[in-house]
Amino acid sequence: MFRIEPRKEPSRAMAYATPFLALLLTILAGFVLFALLGKDPLKATWIIFIEPLTTLYSISEMMVKATPLILIGIGLALGFRAGVWNIGAEGQFTMGALTGGAMALALYQIEGFWVLPLICLAGIFGGMAWAAIPALLRTRFNTNEILVSLMLVYIATLLLSIMVHGPLRSPEGMNFPESRLFHDAALMPVLIEGTRAHWGFIVALLVALAAYLLLRFHIVGLALKVVGQAPRAARFAGFSEKRMVWFSFLVSGGLAGLAGVFEATGPVGQLVPALPVGYGFTAIIVAFLGRLHPAGIVVGGLLLALTYIGGESAQISMQLPSSTTRVFQGLLLFFLLTTDILVNYKIKSVRARPGAITLNRP
Amino acid sequence: MDLLVNIMLGIIIAATPLVFAAIGELIVEKSGVLNLGVEGMMIVGALAGFAATIELGSFWAGIAAAALAGALMALLFAVLTQSLLANQVATGLALTMFGLGLAALLGQRYSGKSAPEVSKLHIPGLSELPIVGPILFGHDAMVYLAVALVAVTAWFLKNTRQGLVIRAIGENHDAAHAIGHPVILYRYVALMFGGACAGLGGAYLSLVQTPFWVENMTAGRGWIALALVVFSAWRPWWAFMGAYLFGGITIIQLHGQGMGLDIEPQLLAMLPYIATIIVLVLISSDRTKARLNAPANLGQTFFKSS
Amino acid sequence: MILSNMWKGLTGALMALAMFFAANAVMAASHAKKLKVAFVYVGPVGDHGWTYQHHQAMKAVKAKFGDKVETTHVENVSEGPDAERVIQQLAQKGNDLIFTTSFGFMNPTLKVAKRFPKVKFEHATGFKRAANVSTYNTRFYEGRYVAGVAAGKLTKTNTIGYIASFPIPEVVMGINASYLGAKSVNPDVKIKVIWVSTWFDPGKEAAAAKALVDQGADILFQHTDSPAAMKLAEQKGILALGQASDMKAFGPNAQYTSLVNDWSGYSISRVQAVMDGTWKSTNTWGGLKDGMLTMPKWSAKVPADVAKLADEVKAKIIAGTFHPFTGPLKKQDGSVALKDGEVIDDGALSGMNYYVEGVDGSLPK
Repeated sequence: MFRIEPRKEPSRAMAYATPFLALLLTILAGFVLFALLGKDPLKATWIIFIEPLTTLYSISEMMVKATPLILIGIGLALGFRAGVWNIGAEGQFTMGALTGGAMALALYQIEGFWVLPLICLAGIFGGMAWAAIPALLRTRFNTNEILVSLMLVYIATLLLSIMVHGPLRSPEGMNFPESRLFHDAALMPVLIEGTRAHWGFIVALLVALAAYLLLRFHIVGLALKVVGQAPRAARFAGFSEKRMVWFSFLVSGGLAGLAGVFEATGPVGQLVPALPVGYGFTAIIVAFLGRLHPAGIVVGGLLLALTYIGGESAQISMQLPSSTTRVFQGLLLFFLLTTDILVNYKIKSVRARPGAITLNRP
Repeated sequence: MDLLVNIMLGIIIAATPLVFAAIGELIVEKSGVLNLGVEGMMIVGALAGFAATIELGSFWAGIAAAALAGALMALLFAVLTQSLLANQVATGLALTMFGLGLAALLGQRYSGKSAPEVSKLHIPGLSELPIVGPILFGHDAMVYLAVALVAVTAWFLKNTRQGLVIRAIGENHDAAHAIGHPVILYRYVALMFGGACAGLGGAYLSLVQTPFWVENMTAGRGWIALALVVFSAWRPWWAFMGAYLFGGITIIQLHGQGMGLDIEPQLLAMLPYIATIIVLVLISSDRTKARLNAPANLGQTFFKSS
Repeated sequence: MILSNMWKGLTGALMALAMFFAANAVMAASHAKKLKVAFVYVGPVGDHGWTYQHHQAMKAVKAKFGDKVETTHVENVSEGPDAERVIQQLAQKGNDLIFTTSFGFMNPTLKVAKRFPKVKFEHATGFKRAANVSTYNTRFYEGRYVAGVAAGKLTKTNTIGYIASFPIPEVVMGINASYLGAKSVNPDVKIKVIWVSTWFDPGKEAAAAKALVDQGADILFQHTDSPAAMKLAEQKGILALGQASDMKAFGPNAQYTSLVNDWSGYSISRVQAVMDGTWKSTNTWGGLKDGMLTMPKWSAKVPADVAKLADEVKAKIIAGTFHPFTGPLKKQDGSVALKDGEVIDDGALSGMNYYVEGVDGSLPK
């Protein structure tokens, strides 16, 4: 039998080692899975994890896919630290895309350096406004924010649908539900020539850096932590829970909105009903994969993006059904989450005498 | 009158899978665990129930298989979050992703097949009563099972020693542990019960409501069930009413359209969500009640320190 | 760019690692002579509807050309930001002909097509073309009209129930055609439309179907993707029109006929054209005549005289002597859509955004 013992402080070595351990376990489990399906496990693993890293194009696509995951993940992590459960980032993402996209259409064919920033601001505002609803209901009426933010996801998706079927529908689009293609001044500038990777990725990295600095050096970082872990103590220390709720929702909503408008003005280039593809939910996983730490979230976002793109490649090259990719991703997440235990705890063999080998050696 | 009765029947069908999933998650959350993987457990239950019904030729075998499959998914969650102390929110989301993929992968053989129709209970005398007869009597057994489950759960949480322990664990697992209650064991059992219920909810979809199997067929109902638990402020009968409210508005808006109600369909489709928020705001503005019911240790990892 | 050089360095290192896996990486080269054909699907191949039928076309291509082609398909591709990447990857992997089979793939297809002028693209249901992008679609409304004629005779309650997804022209023209077909033989017929605001939610589709039946419909039409409505019709002992594929498995008694999208013939001819070097960008809108839309024979529930009546209409459509949208035709608001004897042109048809006179309820904007 084994026994779990807490460490006095988290093991740094384990913090770095566990992701690799998880990856290794996933690959082993994947071998079994692929072999059962009658596919070459070595090749499948290669295609999912390594091949996407060997071409500039798929790396650029990883950046495209990771951008919204990182932006949203950072915002959510701030709230999660304070125990504020914004589960509805998907809705804020959708609203950001909608308001930003509406701005882009309102400014159709207007040139100027200020066009894109204005569009982005509109997107941030849209996300914030949508996030303000659960924040207001929570602080004013004590309404549970998990439920409200989740319900608002469905409402936002339907709202987007109404808008692209109606007011924002392209006049040249034969009444099909999609907006015009945005004009050039309203599109995110491309980062790497010939790919879809856009400056939003750099913005996401800067946001991660800013979040790191905020958490490390600013009093807000401490306030979030105290409110989350010891609400009573927070009150004594003068940190207002209400303000933390507002802060968390506005920041995470704004970032989700920004991610939405980046998506609309970046890889998609117009408003379509299928714009939200679940980044808001996946980002929750990313936030926890990154242990709510900005640097971790950047890595987590890139890793998840890698598996999506690798999964597509495996479908293309090996005709691996898309359901397999989802199972595989699920396994990867399970292993990443469970190996986390090694960071904060030691696993000891109960019968072991003092000095015997324990599993916590890096 | 017939139409009214039929609308009621439609609501009952729409609400029943939500009742199952919500009541299961309610117990789980009462014990202090937040399992966001309801959607994943439901879809696996939907497949298992359907597959077992076809392979074994018995509806009840299907129901048992669905409950078992849901419970196994929950067991996976329990091992990860209770024994290996993984984060509950992230694990739950991963469980949903995994479940949707697994069901799609294993379910390929069953798409396009038909399961035998589920018979309705018939109570001579009662089922023939006007209006009351068809609404209250003469459903499939699952509908009654769902109601019974709510009643038993409500009674169990309130009146039994084990129910009290579950609530105590949800409030303060350290204190409960200190008095000697096996926190982890209780949570394992609660989780597996919750998984079994979610599996039953999924099976209702694939065996009664639609009834066939196709991937992604839960279409977000697991999330609605989660929302209903919060909506109910963790009270079983409120979760039941919430499910009926949600199902009711969905069905009534569909009927409204058929009768020529002239509103944007997407706006109508929003109604159940908006109504849920409004009702919740109304209930929760009574500060004392809502907070008292929320399990204080919900979502927090328990580590047995001694 | 500095960044791109950095990536090149990194990728170089990884390429070295790639040597270990060399045995697995040689696959691509050996099949150089085969024509590579790829299909991109919006749903799962097992959806028993839209995607399933496109997958049948891919199988037909494979069966027809055997070793001369190499086929690839990608399922569950969302119409949002992911579509472009998938299409691009397929083009990069050396596919010669790529079928993108959902409306939402239109702009992504065009974007990729610009970058790969030598690759040929076939986009289903869109309206934008390029030198290397063709479009193709099926005149579903023809089948709906014929099915409507039969339904007009078959309904005893004079009510047809219609489950609709979103108010796009494709769906709207389907509702209109069904109604006009039914009305042509039964002036008292009504059509009840319920919009479910989703393409796929079996539970909700079943609920909508039930609501329609409760309100008196005894024949169900649908323009959503799951077989839930067919299944419900089977349980209720009424009739239903199959959608996209033959749904007999779900409603052995209920399905009186079905509208089957048969993309095989078209797909095969386009593959052949690429092989022959005769491929050109075209716009194909085929219907009953071209075999792109087929209807399995009437079920036993359809009396011989009704079948004969509907078959006559079908024959006229195939012969080109009759168009379902022929004037005089008024819009729901009473304004004139088509003058007496006027036949709708394809442009107006494919952008149809009004109900015809006689359809109840108002069309969502």
